[in-house]
Amino acid sequence: MRIGTLKTSYGADEALFDSSVQRGLLVLLALGAVAFPFVASPYWLFLACLCAINVASATGLNLLTGYTGLVSLGQAAFMSVGAYAVAVLEIRLGTPFLLNLLIGAALAAVIGILVGIPSLRVKGLYLAIATIAASVILHFLFSHWSLTGEARGLSMPPASLFGYVIDQPFTLYWLIMPVTCLMVLGAANLLRTRIGRAFIAIRDRDISAEVLGIPLLRYKLTSFAISSFYAGLAGGLWAYFFRVVTPESFPLVNSIFYLAAIIVGGMGTILGGILGAVFMTLVPELLKFAANWLTPIYPDALAALAPVRTIVFGGLIVGFLIFEPRGLAEIWRRVRRFFHLWPFRT
Amino acid sequence: MSLARADMAARPILEVSGLSLAFGGLRALSDVSFTVPEEAITAVIGPNGAGKTSLFNTISGFYRPQAGSIIFAGENLQGVRAPQRAARGLARTFQNIALFRGMTVLDNIKLGRHAHMRTGVLDALLYWGRAQKEELELRAEIEERIIDFLEIQHIRDAAVGTLSYGLQKRVELARALAMRPRILMLDEPVAGMNREETEDMARFILDVKEEWGVTILMVEHDMGMVMDISDHVVVLNFGQVIASGTPREVQGNEAVIAAYLGSGDVGEIARRIKAEAA
Amino acid sequence: MDMLFLAEVALAGLGAGALYALTGVAFVLIYKATRVVNLAIGEILMLGGYAFLGFAAGLGLSPWIALPLAIAAGGVFGWVVERSLIRPMLGENPISVFMVTIGLGSILAGAVQLAWGADPLRLPEFLPGTPIFIGDAYLAPKVAFGFAAAAVVIGLFLALFRFSRGGVALKATAADQGAAYSVGIDVPRVFSIAWILACATAAGAGVLVGAIGGISPTMGVFGLSVLVVVIIGGLDSLAGALVGGLLIGLVEALAGTFLGGEFKLVVTFALLLVLLMVRPYGLFGTHEIERL
Ligand SMILES: Nc1ncnc2c1ncn2[C@@H]1O[C@H](COP(=O)(O)OP(=O)(O)OP(=O)(O)O)[C@@H](O)[C@H]1O
Ligand SMILES: [Mg+2]
Repeated sequence: MRIGTLKTSYGADEALFDSSVQRGLLVLLALGAVAFPFVASPYWLFLACLCAINVASATGLNLLTGYTGLVSLGQAAFMSVGAYAVAVLEIRLGTPFLLNLLIGAALAAVIGILVGIPSLRVKGLYLAIATIAASVILHFLFSHWSLTGEARGLSMPPASLFGYVIDQPFTLYWLIMPVTCLMVLGAANLLRTRIGRAFIAIRDRDISAEVLGIPLLRYKLTSFAISSFYAGLAGGLWAYFFRVVTPESFPLVNSIFYLAAIIVGGMGTILGGILGAVFMTLVPELLKFAANWLTPIYPDALAALAPVRTIVFGGLIVGFLIFEPRGLAEIWRRVRRFFHLWPFRT
Repeated sequence: MSLARADMAARPILEVSGLSLAFGGLRALSDVSFTVPEEAITAVIGPNGAGKTSLFNTISGFYRPQAGSIIFAGENLQGVRAPQRAARGLARTFQNIALFRGMTVLDNIKLGRHAHMRTGVLDALLYWGRAQKEELELRAEIEERIIDFLEIQHIRDAAVGTLSYGLQKRVELARALAMRPRILMLDEPVAGMNREETEDMARFILDVKEEWGVTILMVEHDMGMVMDISDHVVVLNFGQVIASGTPREVQGNEAVIAAYLGSGDVGEIARRIKAEAA
Repeated sequence: MDMLFLAEVALAGLGAGALYALTGVAFVLIYKATRVVNLAIGEILMLGGYAFLGFAAGLGLSPWIALPLAIAAGGVFGWVVERSLIRPMLGENPISVFMVTIGLGSILAGAVQLAWGADPLRLPEFLPGTPIFIGDAYLAPKVAFGFAAAAVVIGLFLALFRFSRGGVALKATAADQGAAYSVGIDVPRVFSIAWILACATAAGAGVLVGAIGGISPTMGVFGLSVLVVVIIGGLDSLAGALVGGLLIGLVEALAGTFLGGEFKLVVTFALLLVLLMVRPYGLFGTHEIERL
């Protein structure tokens, strides 16, 4: 009975989406996501899947860097752990794909914990470099281990469910999108509890957090574990999506990509991780369109595409940090407020 | 006076003995011993740099003393790390406000309960069953017992950075109360506050002692408030206890007056001590 | 084992290490003065190489004129970067600032590729070519020159910091920016000068590195090794950069020769991880004490 009254008094207040407008928007979005594969071309489905994978990984990194304040340049390396694990399991044992994904993610989490151990003693750049070191070592391991196919990497069969093969963008969408949604929802949930508060406390002032009852090492490692679990899961999805995993699939620049995604989107907000990952995935495609479109006027446009992408990538990081450090999420918030107040603006 | 005596006779909840702490060559605490009686207010005073905050940090487990022992509720805290001490009921506020700027007032207060909650990672990801129940119970308790009590309903959703200094101190007190304190350590709870805010804070501290039955250990420079509300005073100077007793006993103590005068901490405080005594 | 061969490998390693040390000094200079971790240092080094190529091959200037011009170009670039990108970030959290430098590095790599193409290029020959022997051990003349140049520049820096007024201002700023400000040190100027000197140094190092191994838009990865160097030495220690540079040069040469080229990075990074566990702030870095 008491619980009942609690729910009515504070339950609504503690809900994830507190306004009816927000909930309405969410329903629309969900309907859109369900309808999307039936209307979109394979190319757009392909992009949607890629975005979803990147959202999953960026959300994990956001928990670690955006919420706990621990900088990692190892997110891509943690993804590679999940991807290789999935590939090896699929090739060698042919176990069910969901199990493979979970094992891959768990393995990535274990590696994440190991990499996180220095985080009690080292901070900031020193920690970021430790994560780079881990990436270098993992890369070396994967390119020299016969189990992971050495420098050639692994080609793997597609996922299948009761004999039904999941190898087309349309079917992959139904695997990747729901998993990503669950992951994002899980992250949002986590942040409403004592664990999320502990993360933020560590980010804001770790030494006082300790005196207030938060064991630093345990929560820093928890954050590493969850973040790399997310990366591992995203990496596993990536493996089923591309079905070829090589040592060059997850270079250091991808780790920078995820960091850039949460910066551009807005560090320390769930929405920011989503917006940033989608945006950063789509920008190169946009540039490709532009290059194709420009080719008749400027024949070298396609040749210039690669360096221009690199420049735009860097420019977005710098530009957002200087002009909109709170990222796309902040822009979105302003837009929303504008429409809320719209008829009554002064 | 007789009441204070009776309190002191009560079993101490905190016994500090022979505590020494040095930073390199600097002896921040040397051979500090005192006891804190249960359900009373004990004030630690002393000139700037006397070692008061260092004492608190040592009791909290943030610094490790070179010598001495801290016995809390009959248990020797040696080897008990800071978070576990918090879980045992050692709650505190900080001299330089240590609120978490990325959280709302409400979340800052909720954070105080951390050590007493059970939600694990899996519960949290699902936000099902235990996690949800715990969060809602915590919310209700904080609203009904702490936010109402400290009169901060109007700012519960504010970002802490936007609050005035006085309100921030009050939120820190709220967070410490959420820690289920057995002993509440307040480091300069009214520093930088105006008269009115100081009086509010003094009232809250007294109410916490009386209504919640919580023991209070506080560092404070405001002699008026110390003399008004404390039952017991410990005076530190250069890391040593130079006097302790009831406010009245300490006020008249020559060594105390000399310490304040000698510290260059202005005669103001000494005058205040005399004025209060009169 | 053949001692002569070992000595030659070690010499080559020390030669490469001197360039690491030189670039590491540039990195430390910026960090000491401004607390900014400049992850674009490798790309700035690359820019120096391309600027030299531009002046020497593009404009047809003598290499001995192109070299100081490339160094000056690096200095100007440092000044522009400090003014336009770093100063607006003053007071922001360190993660944001170092991400700005990552972004900058990416822009530079892309821009260079856009201008000069993706293929590796050779710099015009200008370093002496007579073989050098130390005892019986052969040392490539370019490497020896690089070593000597780096040694001179680092020596100059060390002397400058110890004995000049600017060095004192730098040290004061490094110790406490607020206090330095209040005793009348022009802190923003110290920032500018640190960036100018550091980027000029990096550009000069880029010319040397390019003269030895050629230049390419991916040359920025040199910065990764430099990062290892400064982390091992301690971010705020010039002496640390020196020792770390030579050490990493040596380790890479030995690992590359006796284990194989692909072992270089993994060995240095493994070494780094071990060191971080034992000495979290590097060999000579200062550990900042935290207060509650
Ligand atoms: N982490 C530390 N490292 C070195 N010295 C310290 C440290 N913390 C405190 N001290 C020194 O210990 C001495 C006692 O400091 P403490 O902060 O305990 O004084 P206090 O009594 O709280 O003073 P105030 O009234 O000004 O708050 C001072 O000389 C201070 O500089
Ligand atoms: Mg103090």
